[in-house]
Amino acid sequence: MRVMIVDDSKTMRNIQRNVLTKLGYTELEEACDGQDALSKAGAFKPELILLDWNMPNMDGLTFLKTYRGQGHATPIIMVTTESEKPRVVEAIKAGVNNYLVKPFTPDGLSGRIKETLEKMAAA
Amino acid sequence: MDTSYVTAFIEATQIVFDTMLRMPITFGRPEVAESLPTKFDISGIIGLSGDVVGAVVLSFPKETAEGVVTAFAGAPLSIDSDDFADAIGELANMISGNAKAKFPGRSVSISCPSVVIGKNHRIHQPSDSTCVSIPCHSSCGEFAVEVCIREVESAVGSQSASETASAAG
Repeated sequence: MRVMIVDDSKTMRNIQRNVLTKLGYTELEEACDGQDALSKAGAFKPELILLDWNMPNMDGLTFLKTYRGQGHATPIIMVTTESEKPRVVEAIKAGVNNYLVKPFTPDGLSGRIKETLEKMAAA
Repeated sequence: MDTSYVTAFIEATQIVFDTMLRMPITFGRPEVAESLPTKFDISGIIGLSGDVVGAVVLSFPKETAEGVVTAFAGAPLSIDSDDFADAIGELANMISGNAKAKFPGRSVSISCPSVVIGKNHRIHQPSDSTCVSIPCHSSCGEFAVEVCIREVESAVGSQSASETASAAG
């Protein structure tokens, strides 16, 4: 499965990459903001996206709205420090499939990924 | 400054270090300061906008920062590398983001982090803000969470505050 990690922090991308590698995912792509993600998504064709919210150039919510606006149904998990209820609702309305608040444990990220993919498979 | 803000930053620091670094933190007595003290070598800085404006500074001595970054990134990083600053910035980001969610009835946005490395640097706080320094003790050494904030008057429902929050994303 092709997974794209979108986060402006390289440290955070590495942490998520390590979790994904342990889960057996090897086709991984990284993007440092929403613009970078949009430019790489066309060629990489991700089957799952882990998306930060607060990033320079283009934030995660803008990426989400743009990407969904292009007709992509790829499952997206928002991985962010934004945990206030209005923000979560805003992200869900914009088309996010699941939500994980930073800080998180490796088990927490693994759980969200499995949950999201199981829901998509059952739909 | 309302003590609930200080409590929010203490709880946020605890949960970030516990969860991401498996490193318990103990806290000293928070002290009110006229300006951002930043007595240490390395500062991760986050701006706040919206119903509360100001800055949050995660401030480390060099040796503590090296230990903390190693625990967070899973490998030692050179203090001169971009990755070192990135790790400090992400810790400041998580602490600020987690804390702002605990601000009672306030909608606040946070900036992307900036990191300053160098002895005797000074950070100017926003005007009319109140500063509190929270001493923190870890297995890697001491560090501090410094908070300088000001509540925006009549922020809830005010057009200017919503515009500020919206612009900050």
